Amino acid sequence: MADREIALRLNGARRRVTVGDHLTLSDLVRSLGLLGTKVSCDMQVCGACTVLLDGRPVSSCTTLAVEADGRSVDTVEGLSDGRTLHPLQTSFIAHAAFQCGFCTPGMLMSAKALLDETPSPDAETVKRWMDGNICRCTGYETIVEAVLDAAKATSR
Amino acid sequence: MAMKMGVLRTRHLIDVKPIEALREIRLAGGTLTIGAGVTHWVLERDRTVAGAIPAFSEMEHNVANVRVRAAGTLGGNIAFAEPHADPPTLLAALGARVVLEGSSGRRALAVDEFITGMYQTALGSDEVLVAVEIPVPARATRVAYTKFQILERPSVGVAIVASLREGRFADAPTVVVGAADEMPRRADTRDLAGADARAADTAHALGAAAQRAVEPVGDLAGSAEYKRHLVGVFARRTLASLVAQAA
Repeated sequence: MADREIALRLNGARRRVTVGDHLTLSDLVRSLGLLGTKVSCDMQVCGACTVLLDGRPVSSCTTLAVEADGRSVDTVEGLSDGRTLHPLQTSFIAHAAFQCGFCTPGMLMSAKALLDETPSPDAETVKRWMDGNICRCTGYETIVEAVLDAAKATSR
Repeated sequence: MAMKMGVLRTRHLIDVKPIEALREIRLAGGTLTIGAGVTHWVLERDRTVAGAIPAFSEMEHNVANVRVRAAGTLGGNIAFAEPHADPPTLLAALGARVVLEGSSGRRALAVDEFITGMYQTALGSDEVLVAVEIPVPARATRVAYTKFQILERPSVGVAIVASLREGRFADAPTVVVGAADEMPRRADTRDLAGADARAADTAHALGAAAQRAVEPVGDLAGSAEYKRHLVGVFARRTLASLVAQAA
């Protein structure tokens, strides 16, 4: 086991960090104080730990931190500028698209990747895209509606 | 994932994903060659792939979930030989080969010779899977794949490759059943050469042949008996999808 220095762009900011070879990306971002990324199943099934790696959604619980070297990583903390919420966040609140909230950061990041590629998806596309993100509270309907509404807000 | 679960332990881990040469998609001489490091995410969007073998493109679009497709590669999928997978089933039906490179040179193996069992392959300890070669089916050949899936892994997948002449199988159709058994299995369909692909008794016979080809493994996604039932249902659905394709 060795430590090595990696350079990444984390929520837009250049960072250099020293990581152990075995460290997962979820442990890295959480150790940097970005606690929005949740680890739930810890076996890449539930989607709670979803972050964007070069814009693509990945399970950070089973991605090694060293794989982020030279790449961009976006977590839920990067969605808002600290003053104004991202349209997806506003829409999730408006639709009450969460209860316990544990899956929400992963839901938001998956949805962001979808809207970045497909700004105006239909309901079927949203369901297909989000089917790897598990929510035990909402029954999903409000989440799908929230993503569709956010799409309308951002493509307006 | 296997390392995290403590199933695999290695002294060294080499990331081959950044190697450019493993990320090529090439169509030449009737063969679609896909580098082992190409992700499902890229394959489901690639126009060369969609143009050459639409059913393969569609299958890739439905692999697992979006995160798995973003990170997972075709080569990794085959080399892992997890029985609950989509690509090996369709690739076996298409007659695809894997290209292996090692210290003693380069060799190619049919996908269903490469996969030897549950999580087991013919890959040598000094070899790397570098590419998958898929013969592009002739224009008149139809290809279909359907599956039953709970969460991100299929419990049953059925692939059919066949040519129809006036609605009848020109030859014995190739039928491969995946996910239900420890590895993809080929059904004995010799009796179906010349059969009317639209007829109910053909669908019944094809479903029964698919069921005979497998010894389903019961797990959390269903009992062996339930999966055997699904194999029949999905074999008939795959046939219906094949018949419905434009000639």
